[in-house]
Amino acid sequence: MSYIEIRNIFKIFGPNPQAALELAKSGSDKEEILAKTGHTVGLDDVSLSIEQGETFVIMGLSGSGKSTLIRHLNRLIDPTAGEISFGGENILAMDIPTLNAFRRKRLGMVFQRFGLLPHRNVMDNVAYGLEIQGTDRKTREDIARKWIERVGLAGYENKFPDQLSGGMQQRVGLARALATDPEVLLMDEAFSALDPLIRSDMQEELMKLQAELHKTIVFITHDLDEALRIGDRIAILKDGKLVQVGRPEEIILNPADDYVQAFTRDVNRGKVLRAKSIMEPTTGTISGDQADTSQVVRSDTVLDDILPMALASDQAIGVLDRNDKLIGTIKRQQVITALSHSPAN
Amino acid sequence: MFPEQLNVPLGKWVNQFVDWLVINYGAAFEAFADSLLTVLVALEQVLRGAPWWLVLIAIAAITWHASRNWKLVLGLVVAMFVIGTLGLWDKAMQTLALMIVATSLSVIIGVPVGIAMAMSNRLRAIMLPILDTMQTMPSFVYLIPALMLFGLGKVPAILATVIYAAPPVIRLTDLGIRLVDPEVLEASRSFGASRKQILFGVQLPLALPNIMAGINQTTMMSISMVVIASMIGARGLGEQVLMGIQRLDVGAGMEAGIAIVLLAVVFDRIGQAYGKRSQRTSSAEDA
Repeated sequence: MSYIEIRNIFKIFGPNPQAALELAKSGSDKEEILAKTGHTVGLDDVSLSIEQGETFVIMGLSGSGKSTLIRHLNRLIDPTAGEISFGGENILAMDIPTLNAFRRKRLGMVFQRFGLLPHRNVMDNVAYGLEIQGTDRKTREDIARKWIERVGLAGYENKFPDQLSGGMQQRVGLARALATDPEVLLMDEAFSALDPLIRSDMQEELMKLQAELHKTIVFITHDLDEALRIGDRIAILKDGKLVQVGRPEEIILNPADDYVQAFTRDVNRGKVLRAKSIMEPTTGTISGDQADTSQVVRSDTVLDDILPMALASDQAIGVLDRNDKLIGTIKRQQVITALSHSPAN
Repeated sequence: MFPEQLNVPLGKWVNQFVDWLVINYGAAFEAFADSLLTVLVALEQVLRGAPWWLVLIAIAAITWHASRNWKLVLGLVVAMFVIGTLGLWDKAMQTLALMIVATSLSVIIGVPVGIAMAMSNRLRAIMLPILDTMQTMPSFVYLIPALMLFGLGKVPAILATVIYAAPPVIRLTDLGIRLVDPEVLEASRSFGASRKQILFGVQLPLALPNIMAGINQTTMMSISMVVIASMIGARGLGEQVLMGIQRLDVGAGMEAGIAIVLLAVVFDRIGQAYGKRSQRTSSAEDA
């Protein structure tokens, strides 16, 4: 069983959700239920498994239910029906004190518009989660100072949120979420309100932190480029329904339907697709130095970096795994086909 | 002509109810009145007993604490000094004591009621028409039963003032809490804050500028009640206005009127300065 298990979650907004739930369970879609009962379907039979230590991105346009879904993970919103468990523990059965303890110890959340406390300075904002836990001032300020430094805001401890730029405020938000050392980081469109350059810095920063911390991250975004960049796996939501779940390459190479395909059309495939997902696997075991290929790349090299090599020679390029083992070859035509917009095969 | 058979004897019922209250609970009301009176009398003695210059220094210190602006300090001290030169110092202190007690009582009652209204839409729906009534009902209507329950004098004056002056602080506490950014509340909840931690750590501090504005308005409205309060036996500046009207002494009335306005200005400026301070938490460190 996975670390976070979401099973058959339905969320229906309105005065009498149970009536509409029956319709949703019998397969009626969002518009039909709205027309018949006046209830809005937020989530329609969503099931997901999220592994410990992975960065799991939930993607969708506004109204797809992605923000509703992430709020189910810490029960800021309760589902109409379904099950959610963390490490085998059913969080929907928790009473208020247990739920608060669970939120304090095991979860951190980062918000789209930062959600910082405007009447507290950076130090007190970052220390907020620890303060709620009841940690003494000295300890929590030591920990907070460490995280403020870690996100590059040393020297800003006494500034107030309205004195900082958007990017800096979100660094505070990130430090605040990490200061309690949670198992799971929930990020609700955390970088969507930032300028493109700052956004890409923050994505970089998050990936660097994640490489060291190995948190379980659930990241919400409406931006497929962002999803592909930081996600180990991606789930795509549409009208409250799960459309596809998969690794970035799977989403690009095998979009589940026209909706996903429309999304992937404008993606820079050269930056997402890696050698491993387009190579022709070799049979048998030949080590790298015995290969008859003069040029080799790592299996996780992106196509943008392979393209110049492929254009320069007619020879197949060897693909090596982490242990320098030859696991496949790539020909020029494969690179070009993969980069063009038609499906790879 | 409206058919007489359809008349509802509401007035008679109210009279019976008030009689019933007086007969059955007169003692309880009196005990409550006595405790309120003790506080008021003690405060009045302090203010009237203190030398005038000490009161001026206290006003100056409070103004400085609120505003850090020596021009304002000077202006307000001069305003108080002018009240003295009009020969109305003692009466102004009586009014001041009444105002402080009435305003404090309004805040003690108003802030918790405002908080409760912000938490419950149902309570809010019930309270809004009651607040409207409190503000629009002519004060004499509830002064008469108050007189019957508490007797003539300061206590009914305080209660009449509270009924009239409490609505702004109730309304603005409710509003201030409702205006707190929902994402900030969500963030607080996501970190596992309890309702108490959210109320005292997030909602009240962020609603403070609005609550301060409410307290300021409440103070202003309680000053505007002094004349009516004096009609049921409260001493002070209102009494002087009333005397001016009765004797057609336009000058005496005018003097007392000016003193009331000056007192209002002093309290308004101090209240506003505190309001601004609670708003600019972020620049406090730059000062």
